[in-house]
Parts: sequence; C-alpha cells; structure tokens
Amino acid sequence: MKEISRRNFLKFAGVSSATVLAAGDKPVKAAPKNILADNRMGALVDTTTCIGCRKCEWACKTAHDMPTPSIDTYADRMVFNKMRRPDDTALTIVNEYKNDAANQFPINVKFQCMHCDRPACVSACIVGAFTKEENGAVIWDTDKCIGCRYCMVACPFQIPAFEFSEVLKPDIKKCDFCFDRTQQGLIPACSEICPMEVITYGRRKDLIDAAHQKIKNYPDRYLNHVFGEEEVGGTSWLYLASKDFNKIGFPKLGKDPAPGVSEAIQHGIFAYFVPPIALYALLGGVMWINKNKKISDEEKEL
Amino acid sequence: MEHMRATPLKRKYFTPTVIFLSALALNGLIFLLARFVFGIGAVTNLTNENPWGIWIGIDVAAGVALAAGGFTTAALGHIMHKDQYHAIIRPALLTAALGYTFVAVSVMIDLGRPYFIWHPLLMWNGNSVLFEVGICVMIYLTVLYIEFLPIVTERFIGRVNLPGFLKSYNSFVDKMLRLLDKGLEKTMFIFIIAGVVLSCLHQSSLGTLMVIAGPKMHPLWQTPILPLLFLLSAVAVGLPMVIMESLVTSKSFGLKPETHILRDLANMVAPLLGIYLAFKIGDIVIRQTFVYLTEITPESVMFTIELLFGAIIPLRMLLSPKVTKSETGLFIASFLIVIGVLLNRMNNFLIAYTPPYQFNSYFPSIGEISVTLGFIALEILFFRWMVMIFPIVSVPEVVAPKAKYSIKGAIK
Repeated sequence: MKEISRRNFLKFAGVSSATVLAAGDKPVKAAPKNILADNRMGALVDTTTCIGCRKCEWACKTAHDMPTPSIDTYADRMVFNKMRRPDDTALTIVNEYKNDAANQFPINVKFQCMHCDRPACVSACIVGAFTKEENGAVIWDTDKCIGCRYCMVACPFQIPAFEFSEVLKPDIKKCDFCFDRTQQGLIPACSEICPMEVITYGRRKDLIDAAHQKIKNYPDRYLNHVFGEEEVGGTSWLYLASKDFNKIGFPKLGKDPAPGVSEAIQHGIFAYFVPPIALYALLGGVMWINKNKKISDEEKEL
Repeated sequence: MEHMRATPLKRKYFTPTVIFLSALALNGLIFLLARFVFGIGAVTNLTNENPWGIWIGIDVAAGVALAAGGFTTAALGHIMHKDQYHAIIRPALLTAALGYTFVAVSVMIDLGRPYFIWHPLLMWNGNSVLFEVGICVMIYLTVLYIEFLPIVTERFIGRVNLPGFLKSYNSFVDKMLRLLDKGLEKTMFIFIIAGVVLSCLHQSSLGTLMVIAGPKMHPLWQTPILPLLFLLSAVAVGLPMVIMESLVTSKSFGLKPETHILRDLANMVAPLLGIYLAFKIGDIVIRQTFVYLTEITPESVMFTIELLFGAIIPLRMLLSPKVTKSETGLFIASFLIVIGVLLNRMNNFLIAYTPPYQFNSYFPSIGEISVTLGFIALEILFFRWMVMIFPIVSVPEVVAPKAKYSIKGAIK
C-alpha cells in the first residue's frame, strides 16, 4: 500500500515540477501594457528657443498653491550658477548649459516629470498611489500613499521628491501635468505662461510629427533625436535640442520601459500562483514521505 | 547520547554585556523618538537623491536575510525530518520571529506615513515587487507567531497562575491552552510548509526589488538573476546564523555547545555556499561585468570584499575538517558568512545605487546608525529575555548527577 502511494506521489511530484519548469521556461510576458489612449496629450519642449526667463517655474508654483516670491525675482540669472533639480518646493526648474556653437546664447533646459508611457513609479508603488491617466498624465494620490519612497528608487529620471522635513503627512511631490487644469480644458500653467512658446501642449502623436518636421526643416539647428519618443518606452514630454542630450542634463537611457524586467521576473515567480502552489505541494510530499520513512524505520527497529 | 530537552534558562538577567546593550538600545530609542517628533529629514541623511538608507538596506533587507535560519531549520527538521536537529529549531524560530518583528518595525519607522502601514492589505498593486514582499512578510510574520505558539502553550499548560481577581479564570485559561495546543499539533504542518514557501517567495522577491532601478544600480550587482542570488544567499546564511547564535548563547549561559550538531550543520553549509558562489561568479562572467573589477572604485572594492570575505574564505574554511572541528573555526566561518550577506544586502541597496543626478553622496547619520545599533541590541536583549522565560534552548536532561556539573546548574 505504502509503495503505491509513494509511486503516486513521485508521479505527482514529477508533474508539478515539470509545471514549474514550463512556467519558468516560457518567455514570460510582462504585465499587460498600460492602456494608453491614442489621443493622449504631451508637451514638446524646444530647448533651442528657451531663454531661461523661468516664468514657467513661477507659473507652476502659483498653479499648485506653493509659496513663491514675486515673479520679478525670477529675472535673477544667478541661480544658473548651480545645477538644480525639481524637488518638494519646485515641481519644475530650468538649468543652464554652455553652448559650444554660440557662447552668448546658453542652452536652457526645463526639467519636470516626463510622464512616461510605462512609468516605473506606477509599477513600483506598493499601494497603487500612482496612476497613468488617459490623457497621459502620471498623477499621485495622497489618500493611498504610505511614504515608502520606492517610486523614487524606481524613477529613471529621479523625479519624485519627498517632503523629508514634514513630520505628520509628508507628500510625494512631482509635476502632475497640471491635471486639474487640463481636466477643465486649460493647458498646463508652464506652457501657458511661456513667452517664447517653448512648450507646445498637444496630442503626443502630432507633437512627434511636428518635432520631426522641425528637424527636417532645420537640420543645422537640431540634433536628429526627439528625446522621449522612445526613451524608456516613450514619455509624454518630448524634447528637441541642438546639443547631445546627455550633455544637457538628460540621463542615458535605453528604449525598454523601466518596469519591464522587474514585472517579467515578478510575474514569472508567481505565474497564476502555480510555482508557489507547486512548491507547497512538493514540500508537503517530501514531508509526508520522510515521516512515513521514519515511522517504518522505527517499526523495523522494534 | 544524553537526551536533550528545551527548558527556560534560569539565570541573572543583567550582566555587563546586557547593561552595555541596554545603553545602546536606549540611545537608539531616543533617536527614534526624535524621528517621530521632528520628522525623517531631521534624523536621517536621506535626500531625494538617496531615498533609501541603512534603515532599509540593513534593518530590513539584511534583517530579512539573516532571519533565514527560521525557514532553513524548519525545512531541515520538520520537512526532511532530521530529528537530530530539533535542538536548534526553537532558537532559530525565536530569532526569525524576533528578526521579522524588527523588520516590520524598521519598515514602519522608515515610512513617511507609518499610520498607513495597513494600506497594502486593501490597496493592491500586483505589479509592485514591494507589494509582494510586504504581503509575504506580513503573512510570514503571522505564521512565525503561530509556529511559536506551541512553545507558549508548553510553558504555561498546568502552570497558569494569574494574579489577583483573575485567579478564578486559571482553570479556564488552562483549558483553552490545552485546546489550542491540540489544534496546533494537528495543523502545524500546514504552517510549517507555508512558512518555507513564503520565505522562498519573499527572499527572492527582495532581490527583484532593486531591478526596477535599472541603470541607477551598478552593473556588478544589477542582474536579472538577482532574485535567485538573494534566495541562494538566504539559504546559505540560515545555518551559519544558527551556528553563530548557538555558540554565543551557550557561551553566554555557560552551557556546553552542541559541537557535533553544529559541525553537521556546517558541513551542509559548504555546498549551499558553493552553489551561491557559482551563480554569483557565473553571473559576472556571463554578463562580462568583471571588467568593472579591474578599476578601483568604491563599488569594485566593496564587491571584492563581499565576495572574498563573505563567501570564498568561509567556503574554504568549511571545507577543512580542522576548522569545523573547532568551536573557534566554526564561529569565524559562520561569522564571515553572516557579515558577507549583510554586506551583500548593504551593497545592493546602498553602494550599488547611484542616482543619475547626485550632488551629495549618502552616508548614514548618527541618528540612523544609533537606531540601527539600538534595534540590534534590543533584539539580543529580547532573545535573552525570551530564552529565560520560554523553553527554547535545549539542555541535557538531568539523568545522572554528572550532567549537573557540565551544565553548571542550569536546572534546579
């Protein structure tokens, strides 16, 4: 009797471990892609026309009810002596870089959240506080966030900022693509105020076409590269520049979406709970066999 | 062979070491209080560039790995049914239960909004590796407490003695304990297997955690097989942790260490560590990241230290019978492996992590170090306290008067 059940068990163990192997063997599909609206919006930044007036910084703070000095103080160009990053007090900032072609015209670059099509923060967030909205915006929900800061670890652009000085309810701060404004039919505050029309808000598809048209029309003015078209699977914010993007503050990134590998691994380990359940069954079987062996050994001794 | 039985160790609690540890713990608690009064920013050196510091890298990541003794000994003793190792299961279980409790506390103090720690129970994000780790750790912690319950029932059945007016409930509580004990006895195998499965899951997922950081993580560590490496190293560190802790416990309580059991355990560590090392070296060879070792950077130095002192040297030591026969040899080899895994977790979470825009490098503040040291001290203090209350450490049962001398009056 015992022999039969042991044989049965071995059969079962073979089947279950084959399932595990099969599950691990197949090229595991990543999580379903975020459903991206075809007509989702985007913003195209032409860094060659930005004059570094930093009015966008002021407009952003005003639109988000953040404390800001008067708009006149923004004319001070001393701030460009230091590289800055968006943080919990400023969701967007402008940095200045040297222009090798024409020294008198430095390159100014506005930075903010890129609103990735496959955002690492959305994938990483333990409670799903980040969402990719249909219009392209990546927004954050204060009612869910537990403040673990994994989004900051995950973001390839190092954008989400945390209110480290806040004791009771620290927020994650980042550009929300003026979600409240766009819902009312307005355009993002930075785009609206820009006197040089550096930031074009529109359908992402149209913006990419427009960007390539610009490159085609002015091949001497632009690098043949629209940053954000393919980086980390595409971003809602797109950039045109005259100088290598890595030299004007953009990180070197591949075309694969940031969460791709981790999601594939994660879903591989779990794959419909087959691997954990199979492991459970396998261990249960081993435990049962060893127990029986032990009992029969003891019987023999007696 | 003498018969071994787990029993509460009756000793004086306060020794010079305990007083020193209490001071460390108190210092940590003071900084912990400051964190809740003035905020995370005031106590830690964390910034937007380095959002995670040693509270995650050491307290949580290394803490989870070093609590692996719980599931490795459970697998060995209960699932493989190697009865000779039963003496080490309870101390390992206690270490795991304490370790995971402190992991949970560490996560909580590092959270910006600790009062929302229950959110993952309701707000699920199946794509999040952290979600998986969090849920698994929560369930495993519960399982550990359930696995610990029989020790509690064993301690109190027939010995319930409530103070004051509660006295009339004595027999009722005793009855409930007996009922619980009976129920646990019949269902324990479910929890034991679940504990091992959950451990495998979250130990590996802990490795997946940093994969999403992509190019922010140094290529020496950033690999798609990180989950496998984390699991293998956790399995390899489980028994050394048990050996080390057993040697320290017996030394501290003046007991005779179970050298023959420990030596058998040590002999199992070498192949496990060898498998880990093979994957680790295979990984840097296949991905050709060993080229980073030709230049001297903090990353390459730390990687070399981690591999050489944490894996290669202890592996060589454990292959020598001379080392495994001596207590000192066993202790040093186990200690190196423990430190190696600690370094590995720290390297993965802190050293390997380089944000694209970095203006200041991260070094833990006095407050962070104090809290981490304080927690380690507290864990040791709790361990000592628990083994004095509950039957955890096995001592030879008093059969002959001779045994009394060898254990220096452990049992009255």
